[in-house]
Amino acid sequence: MLRKGLIVLVIVVLFLPFLPLVIWSFAQGWFFPQLIPDQWTLQHWSQLVSPASRVIEGLLQSLAIALITTILSLLVGLPAGRAIGVMEFPGKEALKLFLLTPIIVSPLATLMGIQFVLIRLGLNGTLLGVILVHLMPTIPYMTLVLTSVFANYDIRYETQARSLGASPVQVLSQVTLPLIAPGIVVGALFAFLISWNEFLLTFFVGAGRVFTLPMVLFTLLQGGNNGLVAAVAITSVVPGLLFLLLASKALGNDTALGGLGNV
Amino acid sequence: MPLKLQPPRHQTSPNLAQPFPWQAYLLMLPAVGIVGLLFGGGLVLALLQSVGAIGLLGSQISLTAYQAALTNPEFLRSLTLSLYIAVVATGLSTVLSVGLALLLRTAGRWASFACQITLPIPHLVGIAGVLLLLSPSGFISRSLYALGLIQSDQDFPLLVNDAGNIGVLLHFLWKEIPFITLILLAVLRSINPAYEMQAQILGATPWQRFWNVTLPMMRTGILSSSLIVFGYIFASFEVPFLLGSTRPRTLPVLVYRAFTDSDIARRAEAIALGIILSILSLLIIVAYSWLVSRGRQNRQPIKGA
Repeated sequence: MLRKGLIVLVIVVLFLPFLPLVIWSFAQGWFFPQLIPDQWTLQHWSQLVSPASRVIEGLLQSLAIALITTILSLLVGLPAGRAIGVMEFPGKEALKLFLLTPIIVSPLATLMGIQFVLIRLGLNGTLLGVILVHLMPTIPYMTLVLTSVFANYDIRYETQARSLGASPVQVLSQVTLPLIAPGIVVGALFAFLISWNEFLLTFFVGAGRVFTLPMVLFTLLQGGNNGLVAAVAITSVVPGLLFLLLASKALGNDTALGGLGNV
Repeated sequence: MPLKLQPPRHQTSPNLAQPFPWQAYLLMLPAVGIVGLLFGGGLVLALLQSVGAIGLLGSQISLTAYQAALTNPEFLRSLTLSLYIAVVATGLSTVLSVGLALLLRTAGRWASFACQITLPIPHLVGIAGVLLLLSPSGFISRSLYALGLIQSDQDFPLLVNDAGNIGVLLHFLWKEIPFITLILLAVLRSINPAYEMQAQILGATPWQRFWNVTLPMMRTGILSSSLIVFGYIFASFEVPFLLGSTRPRTLPVLVYRAFTDSDIARRAEAIALGIILSILSLLIIVAYSWLVSRGRQNRQPIKGA
């Protein structure tokens, strides 16, 4: 009973910050000390679709950047995860630790160095430049998750399929990929969420021209329009939440998550 | 058609050592290459800029930027504040996550899922929620007023942009506890329950069972997840920038302020401060790998996951 009560308490506290966000997004002039607004409105939500608020633009840019970043880090993380998970080679631990640095070490100094080059390459303030820097945290997460999945993967299934006459492509599509699918889903979820939520990297490299949803929200938070802040905040939760729901089955796969518990 | 086979779980790697390690290096190359080029390359360029080897203001090599950074009166206070926030937030979220993971271990799937709710939420959304919840005219303050516990918003304690950085700490707890708990739950589920049962049969109290059996098996998971969280919080910019105290400011905010200063000469100082920040984080990784390797020497390896 105490156990149940504690869990319910935790869940209530975790949901608490969403309460004022939801109320504010429909409130018209909600002044202290009113507990509930006098008047309700849909104006904050209709403001979202107006080009002046730049929300739709931010949403599309965020989505494009997050999807491309996820696919690229998957392409790079799969071979790396396989190497660390399946093979033994000198320097493995050191390389694993090296891949960890971008998610532990502050990116600020690195960003100032990268900016120096991107400006000269004409990539500062472009989608490509932003995608490049987003790869810094997403590749390590992807690799960590896939390493753990591959460490619990029996490579002899592949040998068996090969000896039964399967081509390398058939082995990949019918043996390897189905067996590591939960790891791919969890890795993609983390990569997508990191890129979707990223502020600082976009802020530095986007140079104000790449205006993702976090940039919209950051700018609004420095103003005073609580209603619009709330509506944009709720909007930015939706894609990640949808992805989490889709991936909830794969998140039950302990092997994939174990990769983050054993860095 | 996908195969329905599930690979057996192995305590040790079943796969034979590869005769050609070059194949492994080839597979690692894209990931290590991209990360090395971007992160390592960026760091080297920053280093060169900070000593004046390349950059806007001629190429006179000197350490004046580091001198300026280290003698900046705000530097020590900012470093202390950053360490305080990272240590307190990581410590509290780790301890609370261990408790929550143990609570959720026997709870249903819905409870675990509900406790993951903040995982996909962007930090900026959390910041907005915390501001509208905890500010003097926020929802909690309004609720207390409605209950007659406070007479005006002046009576409500300052919890955002406050000297104690309470808002920052609460935000990080809210966001990081579900993250650590998720990882620890995966670790807990992969632990062989026979060890704990054995301890119980041998007469261990629940506390002894937790302290001597369960906790040591969670050790690697706890260290890994708290390392990731510590590094993240120590380097976080937008949370202390929007929710934290205005003075002193955390190290990343100090770097940002120096970098965007109208005086362009302060850029080198900003980069030097950034390099110092990076070195401090690197030291954390070194300390961590030392802790882990010491743990490996001391005990029989028990595979977490």
